[in-house]
Amino acid sequence: MKQVFKRPESMTSKPFHFCPGCHHGIVHRLVAEALDHFSLREKTIGVASVGCSVFLYDYFAVDVIEAPHGRAAAVATGTKRVLNDKIVFTYQGDGDLAAIGTAEVIHAANRGDNITIIFVNNSIYGMTGGQMAPTTLLGQRSTTSPYGRDYLRDGYPIKMTEMLAALEGPSLVSRVAVNTPANVKKARKVIRQAFQMQVEGKGFSFVEVLSTCPTNWGMTPQAANNRIAEEMIPYFPLGTLKQKDVVDVL
Amino acid sequence: MSKPKKVFTKGNEAIAMAAINAGCRYYFGYPITPQNEIPEYMAEHLPAVGGEFLQAESEIASINMLIGAAATGARVMTSSSGPGISLMQEGFSYFAGNELPAVVVNMSRQGPGLGGINATQGDYFQSVKGGGHGDYKLIVLAPHTGQELYDLTIKAFELSEKYRILTLVLGDAILGQIKEPIVPWIPEKTAGDPDRDWLITGAQGRAPRLIKSLFLADGEMEQHNWHLQEKYERIERDDVMVEEVDAEDADLIVVAFGSVARIVKSAVTQAREAGMKVGLVRPITLFPFPRKRLFELGDRTKNFLVAEMNTGQMVEDVKLSLPGDCRVEFYGRPGGSVPTPEDLSSIISETCEKLQI
Repeated sequence: MKQVFKRPESMTSKPFHFCPGCHHGIVHRLVAEALDHFSLREKTIGVASVGCSVFLYDYFAVDVIEAPHGRAAAVATGTKRVLNDKIVFTYQGDGDLAAIGTAEVIHAANRGDNITIIFVNNSIYGMTGGQMAPTTLLGQRSTTSPYGRDYLRDGYPIKMTEMLAALEGPSLVSRVAVNTPANVKKARKVIRQAFQMQVEGKGFSFVEVLSTCPTNWGMTPQAANNRIAEEMIPYFPLGTLKQKDVVDVL
Repeated sequence: MSKPKKVFTKGNEAIAMAAINAGCRYYFGYPITPQNEIPEYMAEHLPAVGGEFLQAESEIASINMLIGAAATGARVMTSSSGPGISLMQEGFSYFAGNELPAVVVNMSRQGPGLGGINATQGDYFQSVKGGGHGDYKLIVLAPHTGQELYDLTIKAFELSEKYRILTLVLGDAILGQIKEPIVPWIPEKTAGDPDRDWLITGAQGRAPRLIKSLFLADGEMEQHNWHLQEKYERIERDDVMVEEVDAEDADLIVVAFGSVARIVKSAVTQAREAGMKVGLVRPITLFPFPRKRLFELGDRTKNFLVAEMNTGQMVEDVKLSLPGDCRVEFYGRPGGSVPTPEDLSSIISETCEKLQI
């Protein structure tokens, strides 16, 4: 009998600790599938960030360095500069990447560092218990915006993909979602492309994945999935904003 | 044997030269006065030896790039001065938790705040007490001449690898800018052991490895801290460095480090010529502090004078090290204006008079 579905080799057999309905498990799997696709497991170094995704070293069967909050892109730059024949990726949430780590990701992108960043945007701080993130939508309630995010006080939700696509350095900048099977298929393709960019030496690749946080949104998994379509995608539109076909030659 | 070749060079360049000769091939840094000759030298010379210089967007980025590079086992370095070193404190704490080796140079300038660009020793507390969070130590080396800047930079790489610890070379604006002859040399070992069982290199044919500082399981963090403390105790036992000048028979021992110690050396010579039995103890390692040696000396000599280019920092460690019946005087000024040998000679004479030596 032909086996049609199995755990990627780049994943360990440890069960996820994530909450029911959280998308981290799906995104982890898509990254692992991309590593498997190019047979990269034994030459990959993951950089864990701070937040729910810090435990990625429990789930990925690759070498991992744990970065300080927000600094994953800088840590990855350091590793990649020494081991430029290895594959280096970071996996960061929106609090980590779009608030405290904004400078690090922008400059890694601008340098065109040949690394891959998976940016999981669930519009809230998950691990610390549901505080407002830079990506929290207007009107969205969180423990630190109990009356809803107000642009007069808190500004607008930050669009990292659009910001990074404006830079010359990146080879691929894209936003995907995993709230429906169709979107998962598209996300799988884009995440694979992102690692392909690195394999081919084309430089910085960045994939933003819109993700749920049912626990801190106070929603059922199904309602959270619906919210991605109804509230997040309209503000954070899906699509590839930048893709280089060739290595830059200056 | 041919005579060792001397080169006439700035202190900052001596450090950069030593780092490259010690096998450092990756440097990440951000400009700040008075240490810019270090990144500039690295930018010019690292490509020729197959290395890479990268100018980071901030000192926060520099120290984190250093984490990523150090995890691979490569010899790596960054340098800065007070304000930049303050930004790196977060990274220092992670280096301690992660147990990664690397070298950081602080060519300190006056603080607090933006301060000034002249020499100071006001970063002593930050260096030896830990400016970052948690219960940790760095190895802190305090050179006092151009040659020693060179020698201790090489030593810094060796110690950092021996203990998997961040090693700080603490100089100041004077040491960085002063130009003097040094004799460069190349150490036997210019790379860490490639077989170390923690190096992050990609899990080829082996189990995946992890560099981390997060320990959430019950008792795990306490255990990790005890492990770190045991390491710091070994460092205190095995790797204290101290220079003594006429200390054995002295009636007054001056304790000073770095550029001030160099000035004190002249003052001690003047004092001896004037018939006063004065000696110098110069801690070369600020952590591990030579407390055991000071305690021994304090058993015989009861009078001490601590001279620093700050308003009183190392003096606390001297007092904690000495037997309770020792008298400890302090001379300090907060940097910017450097005491002359004559200033220190007068202070020594006044101290001798005051203590009726």
